[in-house]
Amino acid sequence: MTYLGNGQAPLLPSELSAPDGSAPAEQRTAPVIALRQITKTYRLGEVEVQALRGVSLVIERGEFVAIMGASGSGKSTLMNIIGLLDIPSHGRYWLDDVDVRNLDELALSRVRNRKIGFVFQSFNLIPRTTALANVELPLIYAGVKSKERRQRSEAALEQVGMTDRMHHLPNEMSGGQQQRVAVARAIVTNPSLILADEPTGNLDSRSSEDVMAVFADLYAAGRTVVLITHEADIAQYAERVVRVRDGLILSDERMVDATLARPSLGSAP
Amino acid sequence: MTWADNIGAALRGLNANKLRSSLTVLGILIGVAAVILLVAVGNGSSQAVQNKIKLLGTNTITIVNRGRFGRGPSTTGTQTQASTITAADVAQLEDPTQAPDILTVSPVITASETADYQAASTSVTVTGTTPTYMGAEDYQLEAGQQITSADVTNHALVVVIGQDLVTNLYEPGTNPIGTDISFGATQFQVVGVLANKGSSSGEDLNDVALVPYTAAEDQLTGYATSFTELIVQATSSKTVNAAENEASDILASDNHTSVADLPFTLINESSLLSTSASTNETFTVLLGAVAAISLLVGGIGIMNIMLVTVTERTREIGIRKAIGAPRGAILGQFLTEAVMLSLLGGIAGVTIGLIGSRFRIVGVKPVVAPTSIIEAFFVAVAIGVFFGFYPANRAASLRPIDALRHE
Ligand SMILES: Nc1ncnc2c1ncn2[C@@H]1O[C@H](COP(=O)(O)OP(=O)(O)O)[C@@H](O)[C@H]1O
Ligand SMILES: [Mg+2]
Repeated sequence: MTYLGNGQAPLLPSELSAPDGSAPAEQRTAPVIALRQITKTYRLGEVEVQALRGVSLVIERGEFVAIMGASGSGKSTLMNIIGLLDIPSHGRYWLDDVDVRNLDELALSRVRNRKIGFVFQSFNLIPRTTALANVELPLIYAGVKSKERRQRSEAALEQVGMTDRMHHLPNEMSGGQQQRVAVARAIVTNPSLILADEPTGNLDSRSSEDVMAVFADLYAAGRTVVLITHEADIAQYAERVVRVRDGLILSDERMVDATLARPSLGSAP
Repeated sequence: MTWADNIGAALRGLNANKLRSSLTVLGILIGVAAVILLVAVGNGSSQAVQNKIKLLGTNTITIVNRGRFGRGPSTTGTQTQASTITAADVAQLEDPTQAPDILTVSPVITASETADYQAASTSVTVTGTTPTYMGAEDYQLEAGQQITSADVTNHALVVVIGQDLVTNLYEPGTNPIGTDISFGATQFQVVGVLANKGSSSGEDLNDVALVPYTAAEDQLTGYATSFTELIVQATSSKTVNAAENEASDILASDNHTSVADLPFTLINESSLLSTSASTNETFTVLLGAVAAISLLVGGIGIMNIMLVTVTERTREIGIRKAIGAPRGAILGQFLTEAVMLSLLGGIAGVTIGLIGSRFRIVGVKPVVAPTSIIEAFFVAVAIGVFFGFYPANRAASLRPIDALRHE
């Protein structure tokens, strides 16, 4: 944390060093995510809960990062801040070199819509709405015309292998199928950043593999993927693992064996 | 987010809770239908009064001698002296300098007679009067001519007959003009036929035969000291009351008495009816207000349901925000839902109101006011916007993470 010595002078994200001590940030392309000293405090009546106690993290374009940690360690809180669903109590966050503090409500919703695809543990499909309509939704908010919307949604559903369930309602699908539809919805706007909070937490291992295969494909296609998990075999898909404990980053390491991270398309065992 | 998307989403939302949506629509429906129907009923009863005023004749006051036609003679001795309406009174009333608001004065002598024509016979009320009577009582000629001033001066035995006499005395297709009918022993020549006139409060307005009052005195009633009544016609509907005052002043001075002690009754039926017409208008406004309150209650129903909907779908709102729905889109979605409820209620209410107004309600034939349809409809939609705004704004203001965490 040497940069704290800089005093009041605001720090640019490019000045932050990469986590594993490799090349400094300014020698690579601008990072997608740069967090500096993020804290988050929840107030429950009299009691204060410190969910994040000062997290600094830089994620470069095209990285596949797994965030691991025990339950209650602050992973979801961190993810919600990264996904612009929540705001930190203190600290600064640059997304694509833009300080998100400077974005108003409308701009935030636009960034969520165009740049970020969010996948939740509990799928979060809109009930009584078909798979196709769910996937079309982000495009509706993006103002895409209905014909193109339809084409792009069908393409996204095809990418996750859900073409045959296009007209099914969420309650007519298994958890794995719902999660794949949710992934299709997350990627339909072609976001550069895909965030997934325990996407396989409610899935059996077979479905988990299906879903992870999709993330692996997205990573292979150059998207930035940040994924929360507490399963080691899921974390193995990532090239970098960040461990969190009690609202602080415990460790941040690159996987030695990155071969697992780039399986070829559709050849999952 | 286009309008079509918005409406589609709103319809899907309403469809998810059909019973709830229908009940809310029902609230607005009842309000709108009530406004249209009750205003129509009020209108209908006003119009019934208006029609009665039209049938009455044009701006007339009827003056009757209280001694003969009033509520019965007073038993106190002084009142027994007969008060009369004479030709001299008529001349004064007709004088435009003394009574500027009086247009015509028609003396009336009536007699119940049996009318005979060839083998046919019927009873009839014969009215002896002057030429102005027809105009004052709004009779139209169907054929022939009316009684002239010359007929009155000459005591001519001529008669203008009403439709009842035509149907009762003549074979269909016969032209009564030029024929002679007899009232008692006297033959009168038919010179004119009156056009059909409806009936007013049970009185058959076609049961008439008009003759010069001079001839009626000669042949039917004998020389009378007084006319049965006077029909005073005012110059316009606005001067009826002024004409009434002038008439009572003149008659009071002629009879050397005060207006209060006047032995005549002046019946100003149109003024009575316009009082009742304005009462009716008040009544219509009142009915409309009651109905408007039910519309307001319907609006509160919308607000209530939309609040429930927003609470129930908080998680959905969170999901939509997480995938990039701007505040305006959420606001639009829920506002569209609220307006859709009120719009459906408005359309159904107008339909039911129009159907309902085809029936007679409490003896009144409703007359639908087109403005009430338009007003009720737009007020319903405005109510949807107004009462939908708070819940929709509440939904739109939710922070995404709070909405997502909602259970
Ligand atoms: N909305 C909230 N209100 C109060 N405390 C919260 C809230 N969200 C999370 N926390 C607390 O913050 C801590 C971190 O939570 P979370 O980020 O969900 O952990 P994880 O996802 O790692 O299981 C926990 O102690 C949790 O109880
Ligand atoms: Mg969590």
